[in-house]
Amino acid sequence: MHGNTPITGLKPKDYKTGIKPVWCPGCGDFSVLSAVTKALAHLALPHQNVAMISGIGCSSRLPAYTSVYGFHGVHGRALALASGLKAARPDLTVLVAGGDGDGFSIGGNHFLHACRRNMDMTYIVMDNEVYGMTKGQASPTTAPDWTQSKLTPHGPGVPQFIPAAIALVSGATFIARGFTGNPNGLTKLLVEAIEHPGFSFVQALSPCPTYRPEHKAWKKQVRPVEEEATSDPIIAAQRIQTDDGMSTGVLYQTTVPVWQPEQGISADTGQLEEVFFV
Amino acid sequence: MTNHNTVLTCSTLSVAITGSGGSGVVTTGQMLLKAIANAGYYGLMARSAGPQIRGGESAVMLRLGSEPVDCLDDRFDVLMALDWLNVSRFAEEIPLTASSLIICDPDAGEMPEAIACHGARSLELPLKKLSGAIDGGRINMIALGVLAELLGLPETSILTVVETALAPKGREIVDASRLCISRGYSTEKNAGLEQTLTPVASPAKRWNISGNEASGLGAIRGGVRFVAAYPITPASEILEWLAPSLEKVGGSLLQAEDELASINMIIGGSFGGVPSLTATSGPGLSLMMEGLGLAVTSETPVVVTNVMRGGPSTGIPTKSEQSDLNIALYGFHGDAPHLVLGALNIRDCTFVTDWGVRLAEQFQTVAIILSDQSQGQARSVIDPPPMAPACKGRRTARPDTQEYRRYALTEDGISPMAIPGTSGGAYTADGLEHNEKGTPSSMSLDHQQQLDKRLGKLTGLDPTENWAESRGSGKIAIITWGSSSGAAFEAGRRLEAGGQSARVIAVRLLCPLPGTLMTASLEGVDRILVVEQNHGGQFFHYLRALNLLPDNAEMLARPGPLPIRPGEIMARVSEWS
Repeated sequence: MHGNTPITGLKPKDYKTGIKPVWCPGCGDFSVLSAVTKALAHLALPHQNVAMISGIGCSSRLPAYTSVYGFHGVHGRALALASGLKAARPDLTVLVAGGDGDGFSIGGNHFLHACRRNMDMTYIVMDNEVYGMTKGQASPTTAPDWTQSKLTPHGPGVPQFIPAAIALVSGATFIARGFTGNPNGLTKLLVEAIEHPGFSFVQALSPCPTYRPEHKAWKKQVRPVEEEATSDPIIAAQRIQTDDGMSTGVLYQTTVPVWQPEQGISADTGQLEEVFFV
Repeated sequence: MTNHNTVLTCSTLSVAITGSGGSGVVTTGQMLLKAIANAGYYGLMARSAGPQIRGGESAVMLRLGSEPVDCLDDRFDVLMALDWLNVSRFAEEIPLTASSLIICDPDAGEMPEAIACHGARSLELPLKKLSGAIDGGRINMIALGVLAELLGLPETSILTVVETALAPKGREIVDASRLCISRGYSTEKNAGLEQTLTPVASPAKRWNISGNEASGLGAIRGGVRFVAAYPITPASEILEWLAPSLEKVGGSLLQAEDELASINMIIGGSFGGVPSLTATSGPGLSLMMEGLGLAVTSETPVVVTNVMRGGPSTGIPTKSEQSDLNIALYGFHGDAPHLVLGALNIRDCTFVTDWGVRLAEQFQTVAIILSDQSQGQARSVIDPPPMAPACKGRRTARPDTQEYRRYALTEDGISPMAIPGTSGGAYTADGLEHNEKGTPSSMSLDHQQQLDKRLGKLTGLDPTENWAESRGSGKIAIITWGSSSGAAFEAGRRLEAGGQSARVIAVRLLCPLPGTLMTASLEGVDRILVVEQNHGGQFFHYLRALNLLPDNAEMLARPGPLPIRPGEIMARVSEWS
């Protein structure tokens, strides 16, 4: 977030467009939409100074449902598009939304470099451990023994991607995990993430009732993190790696200078051309 | 100093310099080009190198003239061999004749057969011994002195260049180099050039610039203030020039993690209201195609400068070819109307990039600008390039527009774009087909209307007189594009001088190609030769598809890396008479 003057009196519904989401009944993404609009209302950010960027997938439909500026781009490239926007327009509050396939598979490289670059933006991944829009294939966060996809009848057979661990080693400066079954908790995490100066990553466990009905059990499995958020990457790494992926809260937060390309005005085009004269 | 009895003058002279890694070939060429420029001449310097990162043999090929030079000649007047190591690799790039002069050191060993076979005259000089006699002396500086004297440049002019260029390296190096140059300049030469350059009476103000620098400058002139890009040969120099330059004019450059990122980053920058560009070469352009489709559909203006190299795949990264026309025209998925422009020469790299940026901004679409290695990594002494036509700029939405619709169907197909920060303008740009408001839609009517809009808006493009450069007249036409234009124009001039008239049309606005203007410019023509440097005749087939060529039109299409030479074109045209 960046020096945006808050506007008081805004309500969460003022940040919704009213377009009916394509999501299935019971989808966790409804809760993320709600948490995003609550967070924006809480921060009272002017609509015109916020941009919500996404790629492709169920969760990437989110920008059209919020009434801030949005870009629904191509699969996997949301972070790249958002980084370009933030570099060119550092005055904007830039939010990025997407799913686990979009962010960790096709967009995996951009995830690494966005964490590393530590530009001031917030990345919300709605993790449902499945490709929903293409009708139920395994994603990088799907368990190796999940055999419900015709594409991988024996299960994906490879270890799951641990988003928080990758974010940590790649240089993200705010890492949190939330659960869509706890919308107030998620809202609070999003507010903290947006206020964090630097690259903030929020993994929102977002059940898919259609392709992963067993996610109903998540409600019983999630729990708040026991310890205070740490700024020590070694401690954070240990917690993230020994955790079952179901603890929610801020997992890591540190403050390092954000990266933003240098800009300044010291010349006009004519002065640049002087060096070419014989 | 020798009296060479040079009585004839000519408009251009071609000089090649070759040597092994570390011998300073490129430095020598650059200094010679500067000295020639200071003396009032024009010139072009192309480079050729092996794939080695550091060291390895290299060659520079200069053509110096009393008038602007836009292509290499059919043969070289001088070959300066600093040594003979691996020179055979360049033999085909340096055509020699019996009247060429080869300057070499007898101590460097026997002249390789690939060079000796031309029966050229030779001037043997003890380059190594001369430099060895000077503390800190270098062979290339001796050679520079020799060349300066043979070309008739005043000794002071070359010394000035060396003084300036080497000053950062310290006094000792400057002094040693000055001594070498004077030694080379004054050493006894038993052979010389048969012609010298026509003197230039009152030299115009000129620039010394590389094609890639010229492209970078065109971007800034056109208004680009954000660049995201991934390094790639032979386009990286555009980025290296732009990085500090953009910073000075209030813009910025972001080095992306890959080309998938760079294209999406500039879409983001442009969505934010900042004119944005990336530069790449063939393989990078391939990676960008999905993003370019997004830019077309979301009507986000972006510019891609593609510096072509030998392809496909990794191909020949360090050498030139005009073989990315097909991907630039047809590489998109879906129906994706966009702009493709090609730079005719180094000077045109500035104009065409400038124009391309302005057109992309006005029409809210993609512009692909084609340059190539033979322009990008070559240097030229040129007249300062002209400014592109102003165009109308990006049409933006006013704050608090009632019922704002981002993709509104307007008369000219261009709808006002709300820039983030504009109150009441918030909308979601989308790569999904959408309705006028931008809401995703799979309805046939919305698809039809938005396709019509995106195609129709380009009909408002006024190609002005800039769509092509046209010279000459007659019943024979040579149609060409990009870096082959220089050779085509020269072929036209030589045919004219030989009493055979030809008109040469070099097309700059490749897509949408103004067919009516092309047809008009071909009126009265009964034979057409389409000239381009690629294997398949990509431009020829494009013109065929647009129904702009008569049945008897022919193509002169051959792959790189050897440049198309004027004599080659003349030989083809001569077959017709």
